[in-house]
Amino acid sequence: MDFTLGPEAEALRKEVREFAAERLSDEIYDRMVETGTYYDADFARAMGQRGWIAAGWPEAEGGSGRTWTEQNVLGDEMGRVEAPIDAVGTTMLIAATLRMFGTPEQKETIMKPAVKGEVVIALGYSEPGSGSDAAAARTRAVRDGDEWVINGEKMFTTLAQVADYVFLLTRTNPDAKKHRGLTTFLVPTTSPGFSISAVRTMGGERTNITTYEDVRVPDSLRVGDVDGGWGVAAAALELEHGGSYGGGIETSLEVALAHAAQPDEDGHRLIDDPSVRARLARAAMEAEVSSLLGLRAGWMQATGQRPLAEGSMAKVYSSEAFSRACSDLLDIFGPEALRRTRGMGEHSVGQIEHNYRHSQVTRIYAGTSEIHRSIIAEGGMGLPRTRRSE
Amino acid sequence: MFDLALTDEQDQLVAAYQGLFERECDPEVVRQAEEDGGFSAALWARIGELGGVDMALPETAGGAGAQLLDVALVAELVGRYLAPVPLVEAVAATRLLASLGTDAASALLADVLASGAPVTLTPRKAVGDELRWVPAGRVAEVVVARQGDRVIAVSGDQPVAPSNLGALPVADRRVGADALTLAEGPAAVAAFEDAVLEWRGLTGATLVGAGLRSVEIGVAYTTERHAFGVPIASFQTIAHRLADSRTALDGAQLLSRKAAWAADANEPRWRALSQMAFVMADESAEKAVDEVLHFHGGYGFTLEYDIQLYFRRIKAWALQVGDRAKELERVADYIWGPPPGRAVA
Repeated sequence: MDFTLGPEAEALRKEVREFAAERLSDEIYDRMVETGTYYDADFARAMGQRGWIAAGWPEAEGGSGRTWTEQNVLGDEMGRVEAPIDAVGTTMLIAATLRMFGTPEQKETIMKPAVKGEVVIALGYSEPGSGSDAAAARTRAVRDGDEWVINGEKMFTTLAQVADYVFLLTRTNPDAKKHRGLTTFLVPTTSPGFSISAVRTMGGERTNITTYEDVRVPDSLRVGDVDGGWGVAAAALELEHGGSYGGGIETSLEVALAHAAQPDEDGHRLIDDPSVRARLARAAMEAEVSSLLGLRAGWMQATGQRPLAEGSMAKVYSSEAFSRACSDLLDIFGPEALRRTRGMGEHSVGQIEHNYRHSQVTRIYAGTSEIHRSIIAEGGMGLPRTRRSE
Repeated sequence: MFDLALTDEQDQLVAAYQGLFERECDPEVVRQAEEDGGFSAALWARIGELGGVDMALPETAGGAGAQLLDVALVAELVGRYLAPVPLVEAVAATRLLASLGTDAASALLADVLASGAPVTLTPRKAVGDELRWVPAGRVAEVVVARQGDRVIAVSGDQPVAPSNLGALPVADRRVGADALTLAEGPAAVAAFEDAVLEWRGLTGATLVGAGLRSVEIGVAYTTERHAFGVPIASFQTIAHRLADSRTALDGAQLLSRKAAWAADANEPRWRALSQMAFVMADESAEKAVDEVLHFHGGYGFTLEYDIQLYFRRIKAWALQVGDRAKELERVADYIWGPPPGRAVA
């Protein structure tokens, strides 16, 4: 057994820190907070130029041939500084999906520029009436010659305002069984009939409702087979599962530690109080566990063991630990922790306040905790299904 | 680079102990040992034949030169089978005797290895001539303990062993006039405290094994037991809590193995990691077995079902270490140093 990430990954860590420090400014963080758009085109292109978006892919495909531990470090370091890369994440999920299911033309015109940071793709699974039960999508696509006509509404189409495409899950055969009548498309956001309405969130990030009124999409933008969309979407969803929020806990902990170590006017330091120490220790312990569960899933993936339940374990544990840690760490500062500041990239108690709000959504997107617990129970432990299916 | 796979040697080691416990440590053996003061002499003899006590000693000290990580893997099995043997105590105590390096310690180590009798150490300093709640104190011929700034060996006294929650062989011992001083001074005390920390980490590995086995028992029971026409595991309140238990215990297992690996590699964080490993294992094992016992309904409360063995043993193993809240504070001490004016808790 070996728990080190290797010298190459540690070298990359240094490189990523320098890259981020050079490019991230108060201006970028101010804009992120003001607009709720966690994306910066220049930052994304600079990542793309380094082959850091599809870091694990070979250079010939726009990546940089990074090992899984290097990819882990890259994600971890970008997460710690709250880099404006949420759209890079959604784009990469679909680039990887296109690599599996895309046509040669889609790979050339969409996937290739996507991994260079030149094309942005948002996710269109959820609808006003369906979220965890993604296959219940009702947005309709009807064939008309070489085109498809799309009508419906998607909820939580985060980053659609900067996206070139929405990866859309639609119903093409309402008579087939629920999972067998779905098809996926890449819908250009410039299409007539496509519209966006902003939805602001408690965490600060902006999301959207996107509406599709007789939107016409060429058949060349269909991904995968007609009525075979669930296979495509399920693969894309599985790519999204996993990952760890251990870095978010560590950032919050570092901030809390720095402030708890400051003496007050009487010379007392919060960090010398036993109950404060217990909470700091718990955050450190749970950050360590979060990171280990994430690394295990990465290691399994890299060694050809499909980490289905293990990815879910990392996601559900680390996101819930993130919320717990933020709550505990805010408590340490009492009413002082009420103060709301910019938070992001600030190294202030306000950053923990921001993370406290933000952490709630980490337990919802990319599969709710409940969905992941069912995956662990059924996929990893052999328990019977707990979800009814039609 | 990062790798969680066991080596071939580790696979063989695990297979050897798993085979032994499958054959000679079924729940009836565990129940019988509860009647016999929490110890099975027959199983202890088998452990000796497998080289259990000396496996992680340096070859120069008569051992097999295995790593602490190897011991942690075996400790997980001790927990999984509730094996009534003081293996983790004996390993930590003999490794301490080897690391003290004094003539007295080396001579005692040679005696202990030759006799094969259980040896232990205790996390609680002597108060006057009393050693309270010594782990494995009922069966250990030799207790390595701390008295002030001396590391001593106690033997030949009469253990006072109370009936207890987990039917553990825990006992009070007495430091006699003939107690042997093995080493003294700050370096000796530091070596002693490190050995106790190794024992805490290994106790964590034991709890991980017991916790994971508890979850397996829970999976089997809730899949078989029907209510309202369906297996009770098809209710999310049960399935999801089992999933949470398994997740936390997987995390505890990774942490426990990392801590042992870090100690072997002499990574500076090994102390913090070992302490964390104990706390994480304690919390997640207790939560898991508490819920699985509950999922058994009234049956879990009866002595006939094995889950109560795990329920009592898990809490008892942790209590033998100390107060959980203090143990968490100790994590902070190892990461950030103790607050001004006091040593590590």
